[in-house]
Amino acid sequence: MRSDAPRAPLGLKIAALGGLLFLHLPILLIFLYAFTTEERTYQFPPPGLTTQWFGVAWGREDIWPPLWLSLRVAAISTVLAMILGTLIAGAMARARFFGRDQLSLLVILPIALPGVITGMSLRSAFGVMDIPFSTWTIVLGHATFCIVIVYNNAVARLRRLSGGIMEASADLGANAFQTFRHILLPNLGSALLAGGMLAFALSFDEVIVTTFTAGQQSTLPIWMYNELIRPRQRPVTNVVAIVVFAATFLPILAAYYLTRGGSDTAGAGK
Amino acid sequence: MSGAILPARGPGDRLTALFWRRPWVLLLLLVSPPLLWLGVVYLGSLAALLLQSFYSIDEFSGVVKEEFTLKTYAELFRAQNLDIITRTVLMAAAVTLASAALAFPIAYFAARYAKGPWKAAFYLGVMLPLWSSYLVKVYAWKLILAKEGILTWAAERTHTSWIIDGILSVPGLESSSLSTSPVGTFAVFVYVWLPYMILPMQAALERVPVSMLEASADLGATRAQTFRSVVLPLAMPGVIAGSIFTFSLTLGDYIIPQIVGNSANFIGMAVYQLQGTAGNIPLAAAFAVVPILIMLAYLTAAKRAGAFDAL
Repeated sequence: MRSDAPRAPLGLKIAALGGLLFLHLPILLIFLYAFTTEERTYQFPPPGLTTQWFGVAWGREDIWPPLWLSLRVAAISTVLAMILGTLIAGAMARARFFGRDQLSLLVILPIALPGVITGMSLRSAFGVMDIPFSTWTIVLGHATFCIVIVYNNAVARLRRLSGGIMEASADLGANAFQTFRHILLPNLGSALLAGGMLAFALSFDEVIVTTFTAGQQSTLPIWMYNELIRPRQRPVTNVVAIVVFAATFLPILAAYYLTRGGSDTAGAGK
Repeated sequence: MSGAILPARGPGDRLTALFWRRPWVLLLLLVSPPLLWLGVVYLGSLAALLLQSFYSIDEFSGVVKEEFTLKTYAELFRAQNLDIITRTVLMAAAVTLASAALAFPIAYFAARYAKGPWKAAFYLGVMLPLWSSYLVKVYAWKLILAKEGILTWAAERTHTSWIIDGILSVPGLESSSLSTSPVGTFAVFVYVWLPYMILPMQAALERVPVSMLEASADLGATRAQTFRSVVLPLAMPGVIAGSIFTFSLTLGDYIIPQIVGNSANFIGMAVYQLQGTAGNIPLAAAFAVVPILIMLAYLTAAKRAGAFDAL
């Protein structure tokens, strides 16, 4: 190893740091605007600062039902995605079998193709089969594109896991279920938790597929989307934006710390 | 000796023995629930989409006629619809190129120079914007680009308003403010999809061995030459992998052009409006098939270039 680490050219350093700032500064602006006293325009700098909008948002009746719906959909979709994603990961990590490549393509397809296609496809299917819109039609879409998130995390951990400990467990007399309970699950736990959190974050703020599968229902992102097109109280939208941001930001951060240090750090692909 | 093989103690043990003798039983048990879900829900829906796209709508009654026809696809070739498709593809291409140019320094610095805590900072710095709420990010740009927003304010303070005015007077881009101009749409697209370009690029760049760069320098290549003939070709699969995301995501998006821009139509918007207010599900379905075809062609080309190894 050379002792003198190569130094980056100044131009590259500036471009790289500038790029990072470009990615982060816009989000900070949301926080500022939640405190503005200006209600009708996006005036910068804000003419004054106030915390009243948090109270106003809390008191708004039309925000709570979408919030509950979003939480319910995200929770159900996450559980479904965790079960299905872990099952595929288990199969993929174990063996080579006929149709393995096709299956891996099938898992990735819902996020590789634009969301509008997933949404429109589900919408067509509901139309063809006369399925009325409900919480479950939203869940159907969300769980489908969340599977790959859990799968990615689980399969990366399974690949790293040595097959030897499973054989050792079998040699010591454990059956398949005991091995799963006492060997596989503890080793897989944090990867699954990370995958679940990312899936929750993804589902909670999804809007593109949801507009096609929700009918007249309103999730929190759909509520926000409507406010963006026809603004009423702009600072209230800012407060909701902060809530949505926090509800996705915290699970992501947690997922990162859960899988940090491995080659399988969560979130490397969405 | 009778203890060499333990007797089965219950159904768990008996199943374990079965899994051991016939591994495919376990495999089948693992694969069938997700396969059923994806097969029925996802592929089933895609099939329904295809099916609907071959139906047509009765122009007078507005009722969907459930008979096979290519009439709906023929409608895609009307001038106004071709316009939408061309505009979307051009935007997707422009966004992809701009993202690649912006992403490269970040990915290169993170892969080659960032060490220790800086490495983690760069990783988080890219991953958090990637995962944080899409709508919030779009909304933030509505605030930035607004006529009374921060960008106009900063331009006035630094006496550079003429740049914004100049951009807004270019034919095809003219508008009263950036938030209602195609430039705004473009900027938001680049911002929102940029992290999707950085991560695969960085992964590819991290795999470029330092020894190759040193060998190139030893053989007398300048920095620029090394970059052009060693780094860039080796990073290409990562660039292509990233471009799959930026291209595909732009192709199907309908929220961004609706919130920021001059409300010129894009494929995603056409699909959304046709299935919603217009109630023309067959044409909406046919429109949705267009990005699928474009992406299939793109993916085939990318696979040939070896991009999937970098995913």
